[in-house]
Amino acid sequence: MVPVSYYLVLSAILFSLGALGVLIRRNSLVIFMSIELMLNAANLAFVAFTRVHETFSGQIFVFLVMAVAAAEVAVGLALVVAIYRSRQSVDIDQMSSLKG
Amino acid sequence: MSLELLLFFILAAIAIATAIGMLLSRSAVYAALYLVVNFVSVAIFYLLLDAPFIALSQIAVYAGAIMVLFLFVIMLIGLENLAGELNWRQLAWPLAMGVILLAQGVFLVIQRVGRDVYIGQTGTQLSDPSLMAKVLFTDYVLPFQITAVLLLVAMIGAIVLSKREKPALPNQGKEA
Repeated sequence: MVPVSYYLVLSAILFSLGALGVLIRRNSLVIFMSIELMLNAANLAFVAFTRVHETFSGQIFVFLVMAVAAAEVAVGLALVVAIYRSRQSVDIDQMSSLKG
Repeated sequence: MSLELLLFFILAAIAIATAIGMLLSRSAVYAALYLVVNFVSVAIFYLLLDAPFIALSQIAVYAGAIMVLFLFVIMLIGLENLAGELNWRQLAWPLAMGVILLAQGVFLVIQRVGRDVYIGQTGTQLSDPSLMAKVLFTDYVLPFQITAVLLLVAMIGAIVLSKREKPALPNQGKEA
């Protein structure tokens, strides 16, 4: 029997690692992967709460989050490829032409 | 220590270790592969939590579709090597913020540890996908259909974004 707080702490750790990845990495592909890690951490908390409250709403929310994540990755990676074509780089520090 | 708790700790160690490995790896391909292992361990957590359908869609959608897309783009762009990208001197602020975020999350969990809920035997059959489908197609049918539209829009957007701009043909005006 695992207390639900263990799952929540694990979810918090994974989310913080994902946020840290967004902050410390400069490669936009790895930043995307960190965002996926954060979505996964949130999903884990959802499923843990589903198990506690014994309703299906959390599982269905996770299912919808997966669909949104797939859409986000498809558009995001297309953007990365388009940016790479015009600038030959995926370093986010160099994507500053809107800075003025 | 029960078997379930032992399994939880082993899987949690794998999940955290692969997440850290993804953060620190110098190669984008290795980062993607670390993330695949992380997704699989989270899928096993879903199995532990009586959600086999979510666990299998996690493996099919995340570890399958999304990570293959990532690896495909990494290979396409040719960015396997990221040496020297991590600058250790600029890490202080991000690390401090990450630790603060983690401390807040853990604090909120510890605050309610007195009335903690143990995950034991459940009365309802949470692991039955047909029951979940019944809820999905009755109470949540509108979000489900909006997801379909979202996926279509994302597909069109990805195709438009990745289409190469054609150079203007010299005799374009005559044929129109």
